[in-house]
Amino acid sequence: MSTGNFMKLSFASRSENEAFARVAVAAFVTQMDPTLELLNDIKTVVSEAVTNSIIHGYENKPDGVVLLEAEIDGDTVTITVADEGRGIEDIDLARQPLYTSRPELERSGMGFTIIENFMDELDVSSEPGKGTRLRMKKRIESKKALFN
Amino acid sequence: MSLQVELEQHRNVLVVRLRGELDHHTADIVRFKMEDAILRGRVEHVVLSLKDLQFMDSSGLGVILGRYKLIKSRGGKMVVCDVHSGVKRLFELSGLFKIISFYETERSALAGLEVVS
Repeated sequence: MSTGNFMKLSFASRSENEAFARVAVAAFVTQMDPTLELLNDIKTVVSEAVTNSIIHGYENKPDGVVLLEAEIDGDTVTITVADEGRGIEDIDLARQPLYTSRPELERSGMGFTIIENFMDELDVSSEPGKGTRLRMKKRIESKKALFN
Repeated sequence: MSLQVELEQHRNVLVVRLRGELDHHTADIVRFKMEDAILRGRVEHVVLSLKDLQFMDSSGLGVILGRYKLIKSRGGKMVVCDVHSGVKRLFELSGLFKIISFYETERSALAGLEVVS
């Protein structure tokens, strides 16, 4: 851990917390003075990661805990979303565009693809039966940098 | 943070206006309201109006794709209009832009459907 600014949250694996999680990270990242578009990207990836933990990690059971962390290091933010759910057996397969393990739930299978597109780096570690951790990095170009 | 679904029928076209945030939590509301209107009413085509949709993620793509398939299986057409840039990027990324017709405004979307109906 660097000496940068950070925040940590843990919350119940309930779908109503998806909006809370993305707004919390967006509010934290606001100090980096991001463009509105970037802020929207950040909200989207947090939403994707948290939704994955709730639907796939905890299979929609509300008694799990989702851990959310964000850390600012210079102009880069690192966001971590972790759960102690069922884990992912085949990470490469899960990351394929349009793949979903739950087609009956009308999932688009685009979650990981969106995260990969919107962020600079994505690292997924998972162990079946133990849980999943997503680490996502993004360099924030501030509005000031764009105007100067 | 929630989602409002406004439904309005113009002859055989159902106009669906989404206001707020469409994610996994709010997707069910859209699914149920649209399904109900499509299966009960004399709906052939759907215009999905997204002017006041502030946020959408891949759960939104899933529910929209699901309704698109339902309308298509009944021989109708579903079009989307008034899409914000953030929401538009998701449509592009998912390839939905290639299979669904997009219009600038509700009026042009309705006009576009009159031609097919």
